[in-house]
Amino acid sequence: MELHLLLLFMIFAAIVAIEVKDLLSSVVGVGAVGFALCLAFLILKAPDLAITQLVVEILCLIILIRATINKDLPLVIEGRWFFNTISTLAFVVVFLFFAWAAIKELPAFGNPLMSVVKKYLAEGTSRTGAVNIVSAVVLDFRAYDTLGEVTVLFSAVLGIMAVLRRPGRKKIEDKDNVR
Amino acid sequence: MSLYLLCLTLFCVGLYGVLRKRNIVKIIIGIGIMEYSMNLFFVLLGYRYHGRTPIDAQNQNILNMVDPLPQALVMTSIVIGLAATALLISIAIRIYEKYGTFDITKIKRLKG
Repeated sequence: MELHLLLLFMIFAAIVAIEVKDLLSSVVGVGAVGFALCLAFLILKAPDLAITQLVVEILCLIILIRATINKDLPLVIEGRWFFNTISTLAFVVVFLFFAWAAIKELPAFGNPLMSVVKKYLAEGTSRTGAVNIVSAVVLDFRAYDTLGEVTVLFSAVLGIMAVLRRPGRKKIEDKDNVR
Repeated sequence: MSLYLLCLTLFCVGLYGVLRKRNIVKIIIGIGIMEYSMNLFFVLLGYRYHGRTPIDAQNQNILNMVDPLPQALVMTSIVIGLAATALLISIAIRIYEKYGTFDITKIKRLKG
């Protein structure tokens, strides 16, 4: 029941975040969604995820506020308002139709399949020595996954540095050479 | 089942934001909301009624743990989501410096 309330709150905060005019307010709305998600992870018995989500949410808010502070978009009168909204809603309805067809095939909430994880639960503690099964899976059984995650993080940092880098000294030297 | 539908509704709110909004920051926010809803969906799939946290206790044999595999996968996904958001935001900051606006319909010049 409390999960339903939390999800309704998340949907409300997401709508506020999408629809509100002020950019800083919408960033605050995203923060509300993220922290509600953190609480939902706690209720769903995933404390590791709740901690990670909390840290990531704070960092995400800092980055978003850095981008949006003092930069407001003036209110624009949009052309083709009706057509855009209708086509977007039509796409969402088509998406919902197919998603509903897929969700009907899933196992019911509260009764997971647990076919892969049975082995991990049986052998986790004896083979890895980790008490926490989640960290046993992340760091031992699926360590290559974590290696790939680190690779993605590294390349993302490289991308951010390449995008945000100021033009350095070399350009000026080139200009001197041309002269 | 109703929880799955609510999660899907959250996804659709993010999808609407991505498709409909003209502000780049709003689009990034929509992507973030979609990502949150997918993470939540995976953890919902692994939940079990009266389940326990997947942490072993001493001198106890816990039989009704929730599924730890989706949690481990979502842990990776959350961190990658942060990296993706940071990259998107840095591109948006660059665009704002170059064009002076976040409006995607105003960003038309190819060279600058």
